[in-house]
Amino acid sequence: MTLDTVKHAAETPDVKLPWAELGLKEDEYERVREILGRRPTGAELAMYSVMWSEHCSYKSSKVHLRQFGEKVPENDAMLVGIGENAGVVDVGQGYAVTFKVESHNHPSYVEPYQGAATGVGGIVRDIIAMGARPVAVVDPLRMGDAHHPDTKRVLPGVVAGIGGYGNCLGLPNIGGELVFDACYQGNPLVNAGAIGVMRHEDIHLAKASGPGNKVILYGARTGGDGIGGASILASETFDDTKPSKRPAVQVGDPFQEKLLIECTLEAFAEKLVVGIQDLGAAGLSCATSELASNGSGGMRVELDDVPLRDSTLTPEEILMSESQERMCAVVEPGKVERFLEICEKWDVIATVVGEVTDGDRLEIFWHGEKIVDVDPRTVAHDGPVYERPYARPSWQDALQADDANNLARPANADELRAQVLKLVSAPNQAAKSWVTDQYDRFVQGNTVLAQPEDSGMIRINEETGLGVAIATDGNGRYAKLDPYAGAQLALAESYRNVAASGAKPLAISDCLNFGSPEDPDVMWQFAEAIRGLADGCLELGTPVTGGNVSLYNQTGEAAIHPTPVVAVLGVIDDVARRTPIAFKEEGQLLYLLGETREEFGGSAWSQVIHDHLGGLPPKVDLGREKLLGDILISASRDGMIDAAHDLSDGGLVQAVAESCLRGGRGARLVVPDGLDTFTFLFSESAGRAVVAVPRSEELRFTDMCGARGLPATRIGVVDGDAIELQGEFTLPLSELREAHEGTIPGLFA
Amino acid sequence: MTARIGVVTFPGTLDDRDTQRAVRVAGAEAVPLWHKDKDLKQVDAVVLPGGFSYGDYLRAGAISRFSPVMESVIEQAKAGMPVLGICNGFQVLTETHLLPGAMLRNNHLHFICREQKLRVESDRTAWTADYTAGQEISIPLKNIDGQYTADERTLDMLEAEGRVAFRYLDTNPNGSLRDIAGITNEAGNVVGLMPHPEHAVEPLVGTGRTDGLGFFTSVLKKLVNA
Repeated sequence: MTLDTVKHAAETPDVKLPWAELGLKEDEYERVREILGRRPTGAELAMYSVMWSEHCSYKSSKVHLRQFGEKVPENDAMLVGIGENAGVVDVGQGYAVTFKVESHNHPSYVEPYQGAATGVGGIVRDIIAMGARPVAVVDPLRMGDAHHPDTKRVLPGVVAGIGGYGNCLGLPNIGGELVFDACYQGNPLVNAGAIGVMRHEDIHLAKASGPGNKVILYGARTGGDGIGGASILASETFDDTKPSKRPAVQVGDPFQEKLLIECTLEAFAEKLVVGIQDLGAAGLSCATSELASNGSGGMRVELDDVPLRDSTLTPEEILMSESQERMCAVVEPGKVERFLEICEKWDVIATVVGEVTDGDRLEIFWHGEKIVDVDPRTVAHDGPVYERPYARPSWQDALQADDANNLARPANADELRAQVLKLVSAPNQAAKSWVTDQYDRFVQGNTVLAQPEDSGMIRINEETGLGVAIATDGNGRYAKLDPYAGAQLALAESYRNVAASGAKPLAISDCLNFGSPEDPDVMWQFAEAIRGLADGCLELGTPVTGGNVSLYNQTGEAAIHPTPVVAVLGVIDDVARRTPIAFKEEGQLLYLLGETREEFGGSAWSQVIHDHLGGLPPKVDLGREKLLGDILISASRDGMIDAAHDLSDGGLVQAVAESCLRGGRGARLVVPDGLDTFTFLFSESAGRAVVAVPRSEELRFTDMCGARGLPATRIGVVDGDAIELQGEFTLPLSELREAHEGTIPGLFA
Repeated sequence: MTARIGVVTFPGTLDDRDTQRAVRVAGAEAVPLWHKDKDLKQVDAVVLPGGFSYGDYLRAGAISRFSPVMESVIEQAKAGMPVLGICNGFQVLTETHLLPGAMLRNNHLHFICREQKLRVESDRTAWTADYTAGQEISIPLKNIDGQYTADERTLDMLEAEGRVAFRYLDTNPNGSLRDIAGITNEAGNVVGLMPHPEHAVEPLVGTGRTDGLGFFTSVLKKLVNA
């Protein structure tokens, strides 16, 4: 076969290329021809097809995502915003924090262990590419029905993959979620988040500037794994008739990644790096075109110099390969030798594969022949943009009219007690320690809080006690009922979780998981969710620093629930002031903060007891969330509360059960005036938290709430070894623990 | 005066910086040691920290055991220098035969991370003098290859010579024979265990307990008083 060079392509305009197999649509292929003024070479086609895939180009979501840039709250904490590998936030004392959440949904369904493992690897490389030392990871997961046999294949593999990779990297896993719902059966969501810390002056960007500077590829050798993963796996709905896609999932090597982290940070410390980019989706195609287009534009790459694991790879395959644990750095000629020395110290293979050039073309050579000659911006940034049609689904009204508030409620105290037990032992509300105990939460020695706490918290300065907190949340059931409100509820819950731990929320990242953008119903959900999230961030003053969109989470006609997952990052001046969830001290007073209404649409109770989804989600009041957050932070700083737990799915009874079990203490509860027992226990009204107040602080605390207009209702006291609801029922902690902690191991161990 | 305690970094070591911190919290000077360097930099004691050296792709500790720094560590350990191996470090020590036995995959086949209760069985080692025999402590445990195994004769010998240094209490987290969590050599200067004392030295982080600090204060006192 003759090499398809640029010259050859110009001479043979009629050669048919497999653009459809590579995932391009006909008009997209025509557009490539138009841009180049000729047909693309095979290598160019490979680059355009991966970079213009949904996963890399955000072609369906871009028009909506713009709102994150337009509705920007006043917030001087943002140092680097959307568009870079990850956003960067100022957390004070000269420190900057970078964080991001990404999806690895499709690969994790095909091959759970490697899919999830490489998801961790990818997000961590995004963090190191910013110049930061990764300090923690979190993993929000959504799985199919807990009782479905395929969930037993996917979940244990995903958990082992996250653990196998993350544990070997030495990153504490401090948070995340695990939610089961039949809607995720064929499309589990495996989102991965990471946080990194650096000094302000150490921020690095993906930019190749300075003609003559060398382009160094370092890390693992390039192999045949993951070829076309970005374009095929992430951009099309699964279809049983196609051949297995297993070979398209990459294989991870966490040991190599650990070396990559240390070697990269050492090179940063010696100021050897002008620009840097990790190789993730779309591999070298992405790294070279993004580095070049973010710089002055010109770059020349010798593809023959790329170290290969498999010498039979074609140039197209080398460009598309998604082999893991690779990075690309731009280094001044005088510093190349030192850079290579550091790589050698860490036994990391590093090769100069090209250089930055004067022009504005990205030129790639193979065996001395030019096989790519493109304007890198057309590859990296000028991909197609779609205004996908969207419309409110015809079924939305009927869904909302099916009011959960009309469902049959427990008739007596015995039923109430039975339903409490059923709720806390349901897979979604049950303890997740079988999962989280497979993750190292202690490594690095700075973990202040980890799951099942409201947020994960990491100390970043030993002397001052400065720390950061992160929480991730997203309730697909709420979002299905009302995507605008659902996205805001995800934001509100995550915000509340961070504040409940005592940290001040600063900024967010998101992972937006939806079905097919070609379905107007799904596109409407997406548009509404973005609008809700952007409006919400504006109101809460927490800018979006970046994130990820995962579309095509759909099997046949059935899309997943719209699932925007929001990660809120917060800062705490002194981690000694953090607030845990555990009720530990006998006699402390329990206060319910916020207002409780009859809100059961999308609730855990409606799911567990009635297998029902309908009505409206809880009302959103972001002003109230902000006030609640301020009170929780002040109370933590001034030592007025010893424990706090946000109220979300499962309502008050779920929160109290978790706090009691965590602290090994019971609680005596009294239903406050004006509320019925059922609503008191199970309502999921937003903007609420339960706190434990030492008696000596009661007056000061209630005065503060009163002065600032936050309803604070005394609902009981920490006492004994049971949850006792006065006049209704008593639940010994031992019985509660067995119910709450036995479910997940019973299903998956 | 204080003591210099070396902390070795192998490729894939994860708990080196935590261990250095624990050494500092105890009041000693932490000296980073590099696997490719035979020079122990005049340290008075050495810790081999946890992690996944060389990815544990072969057998945990099997490759690190041959690194240049280990030649010096083995030599010095035989001459009486205090050496502590934590988790992956313990695995390296068994590979060098400074300590008997070996570690298998956990009996439940999963990685496990938990707060683990231990009984300190011996306070006659360089690393446990600040505890009293029989004392119960709780420190983090996190591993996938943590099932201690040895032949019956070796186990009987360890018991008879009082060389079982730590035993798991309440639950045996990985199927280790005779609930063994850590052992010592005959002289008491070389100690290895699977749980992580370096993660339990400050009240705010990790488990929020400081039960692991005694390892580092024990050796510091011994060195300073020597």
